[in-house]
Amino acid sequence: MSALQQSHRISRDPTKQSDQSASLDLDDIQHFLMSRPPARAARYEFLAFKTGSEGRAWLTGLIDKVGTASVVGSSLLDARWVTVGFTWNGLQMLGVDDASLATFPEEFRQGMAARAGVLGTTGANHPDHWVGGLASPNLHAIVVLFARDVAERERCRQEHANYLKQRDGVKLLSALDLEAIPPFDYAHEHFGYRDRLSQPVIEGTGVEPTPGSGPPIKPGEFFLGYPDEEGPAAGLPQPETLSRNGSYVAYLRMEEHVGAFRDFLRAHGETPEQQELIAAKLMGRWRSGAPLVLAPDKDDPKLGADSQRNNDFNYAKMDPHGYGCPLGAHIRRMNPRDTAVNMNRRKMIRRGGTYGPPLPEGVPDDGTERGIAAFVGCASLVRQFEFAMNVWANDPNFHELGNERDPIFGTQDGTFDMTIPKRPIRKKIKGLPAFTTIRAGAYFFLPGIRALRYLASLSDGL
Amino acid sequence: MATVAPATPSTPKERDWTKPQAMAIPKEGYFKLQDGRYGPVYPRTPACYGFTLIAKIKPGREDAIRAYGKTIEKAIADLPEALATLKLHYLRWVLFDIGKDTYFMYQGIFDTDFDKYTEDAVALFTKLGVNTTFENLEGFPEDWKTNVPAFVKFVREHQCPSFLEYGEYPFVTADEIKKALKLKAAFADMLDLMQ
Repeated sequence: MSALQQSHRISRDPTKQSDQSASLDLDDIQHFLMSRPPARAARYEFLAFKTGSEGRAWLTGLIDKVGTASVVGSSLLDARWVTVGFTWNGLQMLGVDDASLATFPEEFRQGMAARAGVLGTTGANHPDHWVGGLASPNLHAIVVLFARDVAERERCRQEHANYLKQRDGVKLLSALDLEAIPPFDYAHEHFGYRDRLSQPVIEGTGVEPTPGSGPPIKPGEFFLGYPDEEGPAAGLPQPETLSRNGSYVAYLRMEEHVGAFRDFLRAHGETPEQQELIAAKLMGRWRSGAPLVLAPDKDDPKLGADSQRNNDFNYAKMDPHGYGCPLGAHIRRMNPRDTAVNMNRRKMIRRGGTYGPPLPEGVPDDGTERGIAAFVGCASLVRQFEFAMNVWANDPNFHELGNERDPIFGTQDGTFDMTIPKRPIRKKIKGLPAFTTIRAGAYFFLPGIRALRYLASLSDGL
Repeated sequence: MATVAPATPSTPKERDWTKPQAMAIPKEGYFKLQDGRYGPVYPRTPACYGFTLIAKIKPGREDAIRAYGKTIEKAIADLPEALATLKLHYLRWVLFDIGKDTYFMYQGIFDTDFDKYTEDAVALFTKLGVNTTFENLEGFPEDWKTNVPAFVKFVREHQCPSFLEYGEYPFVTADEIKKALKLKAAFADMLDLMQ
């Protein structure tokens, strides 16, 4: 899960970059997965092209505003950061020829809505119920705007609206505004969990992984055209001009049912301390961020806030039976660490933030939609994102649990359980309610800057 | 297995290991089409998950395939945990002739889903530096080490689903069996200590 950046920012020290970094084409890669700008507001706009030429004309005027990995984060004066991506239908609409379109991977060609069975987005999470036209084949493009604050977001929104007025053939299908929720001094989502504690580091960026986060991951796991954890890049979509320096992102808009979540905590804990423990058991961390493996009995907010310590743990040696962090807890599923294999081939970079107003404590749910709208970036949707959804989030038999799904993020319909290992006898919560609902989703390809120019230069019918 | 709805008539609650169970499986290999990451999801049966791959071998490769038996025997003797990732119960390698052609049958029973098994197997073979005996089969993708989807496609194209599976102790995983044996050993030790 992810939330908007509040005040922290990854500093990249060029003197620390390894030799490998020379090969990372930072002038061409969109900044989105590489750097996290200090944004407190965002807006996602989902677009449909009436014609290829209108789409290309729109793109031509936008390319210079797209932030690259080398520029974003290099100036304190930056106030807004723009990212552009396309669905497979969008690439087709822009004039990418059939031979080239066929070289994109099957799951991307099908699109996220068609992969509902694979992802486990069934029942209330099914694409039939999605909002904003995202399950429609008319979804062609996304523009992601991160802004320093709401005022800057509004200025950019107006500017893009004016630009679209001149482009009759580009229609705004829907949009979503996002804002960080207070308190702003740390990243968290509507349930109150501290966020962004475990993110992979890309080899060659000079960023030091925090203790426990494992070694830096080869860039080819996130950007096409680079060596990945298995070796040299292989099987890239063609032409290379289009695929090189690109990434896939899976977008998910996930509503969080804060009222239902708090009711559940109250129903399963008599005291505030017991309620906090239940919240921690679902997540695998206390809401402060302190991991249960290191703080099994009592919250430790200082540990939660200390990036040098809050990710420094494993499961196989430190908590094999799940007495601290239950085997089915959210973080143990989404990052099983040393209890799964080939972990370096399953890493993903998360971006995104919270939308909707926060629900104050003690106030009943007001029915307003609020949640997380996030992106998962990777080089292979089927191997990275879909694997995580299919096996980690929604496999009822994950870790031999038998009848459980991810308690926070999995598709829940009241028929699955949550086991909390405990001596002498485990506690089993039957019929977990759904704390979240997937309201929309899509697969996008984020091309490099050269590829954006290539797309803008195409013509119809070639 | 990432089944998003019950893939078989048996839900976990009905899975009683004390009651031997047989399951007849439709010709397609599944009861209801459910999409897995690389194709249809095959159901978990009383005999757990499994595959039966049958493929024609390249002419003259029989000895190479038979020699692979010794290679794997030694690899497992040196590193008994080598295949732990695959959550296996059993593997069987068989060669047989039909007319003048020789066919290879590879049968496995395991506890993870089909696509995950295959992905893990590719990664494992690459990591261990062992070439797969599949390289001796007709139509096997030469770039399998870097082209996982092609490997998975080959496996799926050569999969012959069972039409009947039986389990004397249905749906029990290898981990559960090992846990039970460990518990038995621990009890025996405890009883010894109480003498």
